[in-house]
Amino acid sequence: MVASEIRALFAVAARPEIVSLAGGSPFVSALPLGAVGDMVGSLIASRGQDVLQYCTAQGDAVLREQICEVMALEGVTAHPDEVVVTVGSQQALDLITRIFVDPGDVILAEAPTYVGALGAFAAYQADVVHVTMDESGIIPEALAAAISRVSAQGRRIKFVYTVPSFHNPAGVTMAATRRLEVLRICEQAGVLVVEDNPYGLLGFDGDPVRPLRAHGRDGVVYLGSFSKTIAAGLRVGWAVAPPGIRDKLVLAAESAVLCPASFAQLTVREYLATQPWREQIKAFRELYRERRDAMLNALAATMPPGCDWTKPGGGFFVWLRMPEGINSKAMLPRAVSSRVAYVPGTGFYADGSGAGYARLSYSLPDPAQIAEGVRRLSGVIGAELTLRAEFGPVLRRDE
Amino acid sequence: MSELDYVVVLAGGLSPEREISLRSGEQVRDALSDAGVQAVLADADAALLDRLRSDPPAAIFPVIHGAPGEDGSIREVLGLLGVPYVGSPPSACRMAFDKPTAKVLAAAAGLRTPASVTLPRETFHDLGAAAVIDLIMGQLGVPLFVKPSRGGSALGASAAHTAANLATAIVGCFGYGDTALVERLVPGTEVAVGVIDLGDGPRALPPVEIVAPGGTYDYAARYTAGQTEFYTPARLPAQTAAEVARVAIAAHTALGLRDISRTDLIVDDTGTAHFLEVNVAPGMTSTSTLPMAMRAAGIDLAACCAGLLQRAAGRADPPGRLEPGD
Repeated sequence: MVASEIRALFAVAARPEIVSLAGGSPFVSALPLGAVGDMVGSLIASRGQDVLQYCTAQGDAVLREQICEVMALEGVTAHPDEVVVTVGSQQALDLITRIFVDPGDVILAEAPTYVGALGAFAAYQADVVHVTMDESGIIPEALAAAISRVSAQGRRIKFVYTVPSFHNPAGVTMAATRRLEVLRICEQAGVLVVEDNPYGLLGFDGDPVRPLRAHGRDGVVYLGSFSKTIAAGLRVGWAVAPPGIRDKLVLAAESAVLCPASFAQLTVREYLATQPWREQIKAFRELYRERRDAMLNALAATMPPGCDWTKPGGGFFVWLRMPEGINSKAMLPRAVSSRVAYVPGTGFYADGSGAGYARLSYSLPDPAQIAEGVRRLSGVIGAELTLRAEFGPVLRRDE
Repeated sequence: MSELDYVVVLAGGLSPEREISLRSGEQVRDALSDAGVQAVLADADAALLDRLRSDPPAAIFPVIHGAPGEDGSIREVLGLLGVPYVGSPPSACRMAFDKPTAKVLAAAAGLRTPASVTLPRETFHDLGAAAVIDLIMGQLGVPLFVKPSRGGSALGASAAHTAANLATAIVGCFGYGDTALVERLVPGTEVAVGVIDLGDGPRALPPVEIVAPGGTYDYAARYTAGQTEFYTPARLPAQTAAEVARVAIAAHTALGLRDISRTDLIVDDTGTAHFLEVNVAPGMTSTSTLPMAMRAAGIDLAACCAGLLQRAAGRADPPGRLEPGD
């Protein structure tokens, strides 16, 4: 691993003195920890022989049934046989990429896209081609054009990767009509869709938009996760895939980890069976809504002219566009010195672009911390604008 | 070693060098444990003073890099507490940590150091960045090297070969501090020389030659194992090796440093050593040059750290003692 200045700065950002708007961690303290603790203790006492034992590579059968019930809340109908339990949805993403991608193959992804996906794609030497998105998600015309362009180059597109609901990092949601259009374009082109939906149940306004998988069964691999709705530390996610792909996923999972952790799976299973999990998700929604509001209010109150940002209807993230000329990566040390941290936009593009953007997360800090963090960030951007104004003419000499 | 039953290794802090400091601290703590000393790692945070008051250690080994570890401030506080510590006193730290000041003192001691200017951000604002940059280029020429006047690990440091390069380098530098040291870049061999004083006077360790990828010894090159080639001792003629040792000891002495330091210098094509900067809390990670130099000299890291702590514990400044002038 190459030591990086950015990682060094994040080591500081983890300290409590810094308001970190950087991490995308869920607020697990809102869980009924005492009840969960009792539940886990009882689980081991009563079913220790299963909890501490290997299981099948596809995952616990009862849990897979429960996962189907959870997905039904968003309108996804699936059979438990189609479900593969994974070590977080990140492992599902890794396995899908391992199965499909040879070095140099193309994956189409939104611009920007989830940094963890870029890491998985890079590990298999995929060539990520970004597709433009706006406040309503990926733009179908841009997707069709990208497919045509890449195909005309004689290159193989292995799949389209999308986070359609409450996008990480952009915070936007793909409009319902666009979902149908994306499915139609991909079906016509014979391109698989990998739909990553960790935040779908964390919408703040009205009913969730139905996932792409709810509209199309064969051309979509769906990835889900309990990281945001129960606990990230359990590392339980899943994939729903057509039978041919599912079989390959199970084999790949077996090769990677033999089976997902029985302890984590049965903990989730017990939680879903015995705890008021639907009410807990509602509580998470309210908590994150309050924090989202705190961030949007603080941004509106303090950000200098030239900034704009997305208004997420759910999930964890706001995508902030900086004023012209500001490089969010170069600005990060100044922000950390001012005791606020964010993730520079460059992390969310395969080609290193995105320096004019930053991802701000509201999931972990409380509303007062969010307001203070945004206030500090506003000051940093203001100072950066002054610096750019001072040095701009010289910086442009070589352009 | 009874008086060293319990010591504290101070590491972390809130500077961008936090991660490196923690790695240094772990290395020192582990070495001390190997020497049979009970050493615990502590951060410079709001819990520190209560911890030191309630369970005073025999001595402290500070390895906090950057401010406040190297600017003297944490050592002032340790002095107020009356807790002995390894390393230089606050006044010497202040002079060493401020690179322009260290260069002036080194030059006054007869050492060569590259021509430079030191300019705060306000100067560029008040007089116009373009005009100031043109003036620097006119006087110092290129190539130049820009770094924050206070800081380390090459954070915010970069070379410049054109006016636009220089502007970019200065803007990058201001990410880590409000004052830029712009120095003429002297081509040559980059060398780090550690100095240790275990009570018998400052002793220079074998010089470590640094061959960084692409010639740039930046943050990644410093702390990614295998990225940079090190030669210990440096591939220098005996006379030059003796000269860099002399320069390191002279810098250590001229700046009033104590116990441990590391001087960074460049040896040019003529064999002349140019002083760049000196560090009062040198890196102690597995890829840091000081532990390498100790190994080359046959000095056991564990014994050396324990020896420095023994020496510190032995001089135990009285509680509340202030330096002259206060």
